[in-house]
Parts: sequence; structure tokens; C-alpha cells
Amino acid sequence: MAQNEKGFPWKHVFGFLLSIILTLLAVWITFSTDLPTNTIITLIVVLAFCQAFIQLLLFMHMKEGESGSWQATMIYYGIYIAIVIVAGSIWVMSLGHQHHY
Amino acid sequence: MSEIAPKQSNLPLEYSTKQNQLNILGFWIFLGAELALFATLFATYLVLVSRTAGGPGPEELYELKTVLIETFLLLTSSFTCGLAVYEMRRGKQAGMIGWLIVTILLGIGFLYFEIEEFILYAVHEGATMQTSAFLSSFFTLVGTHGLHVTIGIFWILIIILQVLKRGLNADTARKVFISSLYWHFLDVVWIFLFTLVYLTGMVS
Repeated sequence: MAQNEKGFPWKHVFGFLLSIILTLLAVWITFSTDLPTNTIITLIVVLAFCQAFIQLLLFMHMKEGESGSWQATMIYYGIYIAIVIVAGSIWVMSLGHQHHY
Repeated sequence: MSEIAPKQSNLPLEYSTKQNQLNILGFWIFLGAELALFATLFATYLVLVSRTAGGPGPEELYELKTVLIETFLLLTSSFTCGLAVYEMRRGKQAGMIGWLIVTILLGIGFLYFEIEEFILYAVHEGATMQTSAFLSSFFTLVGTHGLHVTIGIFWILIIILQVLKRGLNADTARKVFISSLYWHFLDVVWIFLFTLVYLTGMVS
């Protein structure tokens, strides 16, 4: 059987350690800093996206194979749809309410 | 059996046939659709999170310790699942099955803490799906993820049994690889549950 991986899985260990650090960093920012709430939320969402890309690139090998660029395009499009749905819903449903009070 | 794609001899076993390559691409399209599904549930939750209808709110329910245990169990299971595929690509069937079993056990551990958390909310704190819009959307969002984890555990278990019966070939390698994509994706969704639901709910 062909061997496609050799030696020690450094890429996986690196991704795992980085994920742990990013998780703990997000917890630290949330509970141990005096930043304004909006700043905290922005920072931890950025950290979440970093961690998601660690999973996609280091663990899931998103760009591997002959159709790697298609696979990545599907996920980028999915992320675009997700951001439009989530940010759009908050924008329309939550922010607009202030004008009715 | 599909024909072997000629130029792909340097690619791993799970990509060795045209059919396999299409199946893997198809699964990435499915994951894109799953992103949209979870996005609608996240949007519903984030819009309704302040509608507690006199019931308990996020800051009274969420506990950092439980959430961190769940996070590290799922994160570690995603890592061990990656190691399973790594072992598979080295042609080590026993190593692959070993890491897959560790992955399943960590997944069961995650489910244990999540079910305990749900029981704590619903039975001891009186916070059920019927209590408020916030809790309806919370249980739907987190519960849908938990259901995915449950399905993933059974899926990987069945594939382990199939590999034990048939050995590693182009078909079984593809099945292991696709189920590993699914498992990693569940950790991606959890990262956002952890951030947008739990951490955001606990920041004052």
C-alpha cells in the first residue's frame, strides 16, 4: 500500500496546540480584560475564524486533490451565505428594534 | 468498481478512483449546505437571545467550566480523528482504528457533558424549550449540533466495523476520509457555538 504520510504528524500537533492557545486566548479576553463588550465580541469572533481555518486547512486538507479549488470555493461560498444570514438577521431584527421603543 | 484515474498515483488511496474523487467533492458541497443550515439556527438564536420572557438568561445558565470541558473534549477528538487519517495514509490500519476509537470515546464524553448540561437547565433550573424564545432557539441550535455528534459516533463506529471486515481499500479509505471530514466540521461548528453562544453569553 502506498505511503502518503511519513514520520511524525507535526502539522496536526501544530494545529492542535494552536487551537488550544486560541481557545484559551478567547477565554482570557472574555473574562480578564476590561475592553468594551463590542470589542471583546469582535476579537473572539476573529479568533473563532482563525481556529476554523486551522481545522479546514491543517486537519481537513480543504485544498487537496484534483478538485481542491472547488472544495475551497464551496466552503468560501458557504461562509459568505452564513455571514449574510447571521449579520443580516441581527441587522434587520435586532438593531431596528431600537426605533420602536 | 470505477476506473482508476491515471494521473493520480501520487494522491492518497481515498482519491484513487474518479468516483471517489467525485464523492469527496460531493461531501464538501454537503458541508457548504450544512454551513447554511447552522447559519439560520445561529441567526435565530442571536436575534432571540435577549427574549427571556422572565425566565433565566444566558448569564444565569452558562458555566465556563462545563463549556471548557466540552470544548476540549471535542477539540481533542478532532485532533485524534486527524491522526486516524494520518495513520491510514501511512497504510497502518491498526493505528487508524485505534485513533478512531479514541475519537468516538471523546465524542461520547462530549455528549455526556452536554446531556448533563441540558438536564441541569431543564430539570434543576426550570429552563426548558417552552420557557422562552431564548431557550427555544438555544436548545434547537445546540441540540442540532449534539444530534450531529450522535450521528457521527454511530457513522464512524459502523465504518470501523466495515474496515475490520473488508480491510483498507479504495472504498473503505474513502468512507473513513469522508466521515473524518464530517467530524472535523462538527468541531468547526462548535468553535462558533463556544464563541457566539457561550462566551458572548457570559461577557457582561
